[in-house]
Amino acid sequence: MTALPLLSAVDMATFVARGFLRFDAVVPDDINRQFMAEVGDIPGPEQGRKLLRTYTELMAGAAIPEVPAGVPLARAYPQGGAIERLLALPLVKGAIQSLVGPDPVFDHHFLHVTFPAAYHEAGGAENVSQHTHQDSTIDPGAGFDLQVMYYPHAVTRPMGGTRFVPGTHLRRVSEAALGRYQNIRGQQHMVCEPGTLLFLHSGIWHGGGVNLSDATRTMFKIRINPGVTQVRQWDIATLPPQPAARPIFFVKSAQPRTVESILMTPEPWFEQDTGRLEFINRMKLWRHVAGNPGFDADHWMTRLENPARYAPPDAS
Amino acid sequence: MQRQKVLVLYLANSALDAPVIGWAVYDGTGQTRPMAGDNDEAPYATGVDALKDGWRLIQAAQLLPHHGSDEFDVSYLKYEFFFEQLVEVAV
Repeated sequence: MTALPLLSAVDMATFVARGFLRFDAVVPDDINRQFMAEVGDIPGPEQGRKLLRTYTELMAGAAIPEVPAGVPLARAYPQGGAIERLLALPLVKGAIQSLVGPDPVFDHHFLHVTFPAAYHEAGGAENVSQHTHQDSTIDPGAGFDLQVMYYPHAVTRPMGGTRFVPGTHLRRVSEAALGRYQNIRGQQHMVCEPGTLLFLHSGIWHGGGVNLSDATRTMFKIRINPGVTQVRQWDIATLPPQPAARPIFFVKSAQPRTVESILMTPEPWFEQDTGRLEFINRMKLWRHVAGNPGFDADHWMTRLENPARYAPPDAS
Repeated sequence: MQRQKVLVLYLANSALDAPVIGWAVYDGTGQTRPMAGDNDEAPYATGVDALKDGWRLIQAAQLLPHHGSDEFDVSYLKYEFFFEQLVEVAV
């Protein structure tokens, strides 16, 4: 039996720092084609027909099962179905286990279909992008849920694609409250080949892009909860010993790429002061997933947790 | 008849000449339809650049103290500046 390809320390640090991992064209074409067949045909636009009706009929006719929240992910999908086959791919299984542990729990899924302008015009609605939001509710937990976004067909830039803002996942906000942020420096749009997967931290800010092409865009999302601890579920053997403290601020040459350097790389949208708080929150999450409560990078935590600050006067 | 256009800039700190990190536009004239994700390039480099282009500042985010025990929490973008332009439209 072959061991699962678990995520490496560099992969995990990237996920902790940026809130996503992208796997391009990793799902085989036969699974992509099977999934699109399971979705079924989408009827063309029809004057006076509301999109909600099209959507309702699409979901009803699709061979994608209704699944109760809270069941084991391993039992959520019928054997031989496209999603069951996708979840069994070693890369997918290994990445899921690395992020939410063995025996993860199915939360919910949804078939996101983004329609071209003709559908909106026929139904008397406006063709606009989705407001930027964070899924679910304010989430103060130490861990996170995983959202797997599956792109079964090619997505071009005119088709919109999922828009997301790397590094926003540690912000404690309330769902659509951030809808007024139309554009943020560093935002990305998912333009990809068929069979691409985007693994998202449940806190990342995102929204569906407006579809300006003539073709419908299909994306399938699965939210997954951890069933056990998320501590050290990835390939711990790839974690090098923590290097000696590196120089900070006054630095004369480029530093090597390490877990520390990944966690200390800012995003283009970082505010000058809260960008430092982002570093601290990344380190708190790294301490959690690495099971290393003493971890620090670039002296941020050591400075704050210095026991000498709290020591009583020397009795001698 | 006049209609209002609104520009919202999010800056890297509380100074109006700080770099723009986020932005939004709302157009009361109806001539354009700005929306989420419609532009990856900021309309101005700083808030002051918007002033130089004729936008009038109408609101700036307050600086608020940090509550005990959640000093390290991050949430919404802090440095939000609202600008307006009044545009003549035919009725």
